[in-house]
Amino acid sequence: MNIVVCIKQVPDTTEVKINPQTGTLIREGVPSIMNPDDKGGLEFALQLKDKYGAHVTVITMGLPQAEAILREALAMGVDRAILLTDRKLGGADTLATSSALAGALRTMDVDLIITGRQAIDGDTAQVGPQIAEHLDLPQVSYMEDLQYDEATRTFTVKKQLEDGYQVLQMQAPCVVTALASAVQPRYMTVSGIVTAFDKEVEVWGADRINVPEDHIGKAGSPTSVFKSFPKQLKPAGQTFEVSPEEAVELIVNKLKEKHII
Amino acid sequence: MDFSYSKQEELFLQMIREFAEKEVKPLAAEVDEEERFPMETVQKMAKIGLMGIPVPTQYGGAGGTNIMYGMAVEELSRVCATTGVILSAHTSLCVAPILEAGTEEQKQKYLPKLASGEWIGAFGLTEPNAGTDAAGQQTTAVEDGDCWVLNGSKIFITNGSYANVFIIIAMTDKSLGTKGISAFIVEKTDPGFSIGKKEKKMGIRGSATTELIFEDCRIPKDRQLGQLGKGFGLAMKTLDGGRIGIACQALGIAQGAMDETIKYTKERKQFGRSISQFQNTQFQMADLETKVQAARLLCRSAHYKKDHGIPYSADAAMAKLFSAETAMEVTTKAVQFHGGYGYTREYPVERMMRDAKITEIYEGTSEVQRMVIAGKLFK
Repeated sequence: MNIVVCIKQVPDTTEVKINPQTGTLIREGVPSIMNPDDKGGLEFALQLKDKYGAHVTVITMGLPQAEAILREALAMGVDRAILLTDRKLGGADTLATSSALAGALRTMDVDLIITGRQAIDGDTAQVGPQIAEHLDLPQVSYMEDLQYDEATRTFTVKKQLEDGYQVLQMQAPCVVTALASAVQPRYMTVSGIVTAFDKEVEVWGADRINVPEDHIGKAGSPTSVFKSFPKQLKPAGQTFEVSPEEAVELIVNKLKEKHII
Repeated sequence: MDFSYSKQEELFLQMIREFAEKEVKPLAAEVDEEERFPMETVQKMAKIGLMGIPVPTQYGGAGGTNIMYGMAVEELSRVCATTGVILSAHTSLCVAPILEAGTEEQKQKYLPKLASGEWIGAFGLTEPNAGTDAAGQQTTAVEDGDCWVLNGSKIFITNGSYANVFIIIAMTDKSLGTKGISAFIVEKTDPGFSIGKKEKKMGIRGSATTELIFEDCRIPKDRQLGQLGKGFGLAMKTLDGGRIGIACQALGIAQGAMDETIKYTKERKQFGRSISQFQNTQFQMADLETKVQAARLLCRSAHYKKDHGIPYSADAAMAKLFSAETAMEVTTKAVQFHGGYGYTREYPVERMMRDAKITEIYEGTSEVQRMVIAGKLFK
């Protein structure tokens, strides 16, 4: 089984501050990390490697410094790492990003593509599903569990919903987008770290992916950002110390006030 | 010597900090309070290769450097000094002498199991009447056919009741003085070997510090470690390396106390402002930070020399002396900065101050370190 996990280097948003004047992120001095949902997806891939001997490749599109997360993935136990980097790919929105990644994936023999659900810097949750569309593959997003049946080459995927979950089956090749909360990613091992820098990180340019230039980079990005703003904190709720009977009446009245019921 | 971290070391630091924060820190107070050996943590450490950092890959280790091992002890001790010393005693005092003096057969037999963490290691030198005067060994080893027969006892042995393999120093010919001292490998299951009482300690209370008892303990001849009569030298060399490990433990405790104090003094308000805004706080903390950073450089420099085969005995002594005294000073002041709260177990600095004290005592007291340093000056 060949698995490719798409990962992204993101600023650690728990350390990011917002410039109050401009409303933009202050990225200077903020550490870069592997996007948490992607790391969750990587853990699912490595579990399939442990169980079925799958060959796991990680790919990232980004600046040369994104090599750091590929080394981290190598230290966690992946077999192959690819850095897709080229000035022509710069300024990409989600569509151009997914076009480029899909182009790279088309050149590989893949049974399962895993992406994170969404990246903590953009929070769009679009790249994974778009990759599936470009490649015309079945997909399940918001994956929180994954089982594989070798005989039928079928994945049974548990998809998280707001109020429950669905269990879906897909035949390989297919795409899933993973949730960080569903799994505890393994630590890099000491020997993995010691050898991570002896292994090759393949550097691919735009010429490797055979995607028209107007589908990648800025030229392939129809999105323009209208405004970005920090998340507003919700005010603290009200607390009422009342009996259960009074509580029912209170809640019903509040819901009526807000025209919810 | 390179003062910056290599890319490899940066990645290692990222991993070990996350591990310490998520797996070790949450247990630190409980392990101390209950005087409980954190076996579950040791198993997690084993799984990622921490029990065999500087062991070559041909013996099942990670093939890392002593600098990385020191970083691991520091980062673990930053949140839990008990966990730091478990790793330090295992690696510096059991794995290292086997690597140093073991035969190929001994290395093949013991190192893979120690490096994988399947076995835990310990070291027995100290006796009731042989502490700083380590040459006064009363434990004896006598040849008897195909065996060595050991009699006597060892005290204050870190990892004692949890270790599977022990490096034991014993007198093989009293008439030769220190040249009559030899080293042996004892296994937990050897006949005539038993674990004695467990110490109740001021600090590092989760580490199992016990007595070892040898009553006609018979071990095969091939368990002799290194040459006959060279045990004292091997023990001293082992302690040279161990001292850097303990220096890193002390450094970690000091850094942990700095972290807690910075956080607390920023939050704590008195006279209408954070106590971190008072110049008394700032000047004292600046001095402490300078000492912590100096200690880190001494530790790194000593491990660098060890990694590169440069003599490091006095460097190890300086690293341990300075780091231990820095740990004691930083933790004592950290408690002071925390005021009444610092004296309670609500805050970790109380534990850190108790943990720091041992670093001035074990693997050579601060006085012994001064003797080693002075010995180099006036030889």
